Amino acid sequence: MNVLGISGSLRGDSHNTKLLRAAAAMLPPGAELDVWEGLKAVPPYDADDDQRNEPRPEPLRSLAAAIERADVVLFATPEYNHSIPGQLKNALDWLSRPLASSPLRNKPVAVVGASSGLFGAVWAQAELRKVLGAIGARVIDRELPVGLADDAFTAEGRLADEDLELVLADVLAELVDEVRPAVLA
Amino acid sequence: MTTAVQQNLPAATGGLDTTHSTATFAIKYMVSTFRTGFERFDVTLDTTADQPRLTGSVAPDSISVKDENFHAHLQSPDFFDTERHPAITFESTSWRLDGDQLVVDGDLTIKGEKRPVEARGEFTAAHEDPWGNTRVGITLEAIVDRSHFGLTWNNPLPKGGLALASDVRLHVDLQLVKAS
Repeated sequence: MNVLGISGSLRGDSHNTKLLRAAAAMLPPGAELDVWEGLKAVPPYDADDDQRNEPRPEPLRSLAAAIERADVVLFATPEYNHSIPGQLKNALDWLSRPLASSPLRNKPVAVVGASSGLFGAVWAQAELRKVLGAIGARVIDRELPVGLADDAFTAEGRLADEDLELVLADVLAELVDEVRPAVLA
Repeated sequence: MTTAVQQNLPAATGGLDTTHSTATFAIKYMVSTFRTGFERFDVTLDTTADQPRLTGSVAPDSISVKDENFHAHLQSPDFFDTERHPAITFESTSWRLDGDQLVVDGDLTIKGEKRPVEARGEFTAAHEDPWGNTRVGITLEAIVDRSHFGLTWNNPLPKGGLALASDVRLHVDLQLVKAS
């Protein structure tokens, strides 16, 4: 089973990318997580640049192909001004056009998030679930707010808080369960 | 079954005249009512048993809306989730007259959720049409709470309240033709 991880943060030492790596280490046998790293190169959405008879810019072709290859997608988002980062929303806006053929359509997705503040990007996660639902994804109705993220990970990259690790395991189990029968069939 | 209905029903299975039948719904959206219907549906009326039995199936991906992105959103898990639930179904459990009104109880299944509903309307007795076929008319209406069927999408309005109501008024106008 292929899990695609998409971090909403561009920073090299991103807490959210770490959270994806922590999730990767907890997946059940047979499931693998690849982190997509092209977000920074996605150009701003402009309908003039999105003519259907012209190929899309490369970062978007690679993103769409990665989502199509993946059985499920796990997003990890930081929170900027109570919402999701502009660059992540911009990439999703590209992916949503046209809606009927979006690679996210019916794709099982889950959202987790980390922030250096107390609340663990909980509002950004809610907004991201809403946006993914609007695009037609099969959104798992769970959240994982990892607050005080500077101290949230062990040296080995695991979540330091065992309760949070259990929630992450639950989120992953629900996400994987969305496709397990079809993938195993 | 009441005698009045029984006398006017041919003992047979009736198939749907799809050209002259409609399956529609209405729901309050912000300030007015949004009303549309489905292009593909089928209904059978079986009057060969003691109780007439009305069964129907609607393809939610045939919903008629003007915007392709709106259409795509309605197919998604936010709404009908047509990938996993390609049919809305109805099976009657009772059929009676209440005064002049036809009352049909039955099980409605939307998005995999099966719920009992009561539908009220009119029954138009068997007529012979210009081509020699026997046909009956059925109009039924029921109000259901979409949230009971897992259709919970909404959007908060800037000054409070929600954009989309919970109650949906379902309405069918059916012409059924006796199988020859």
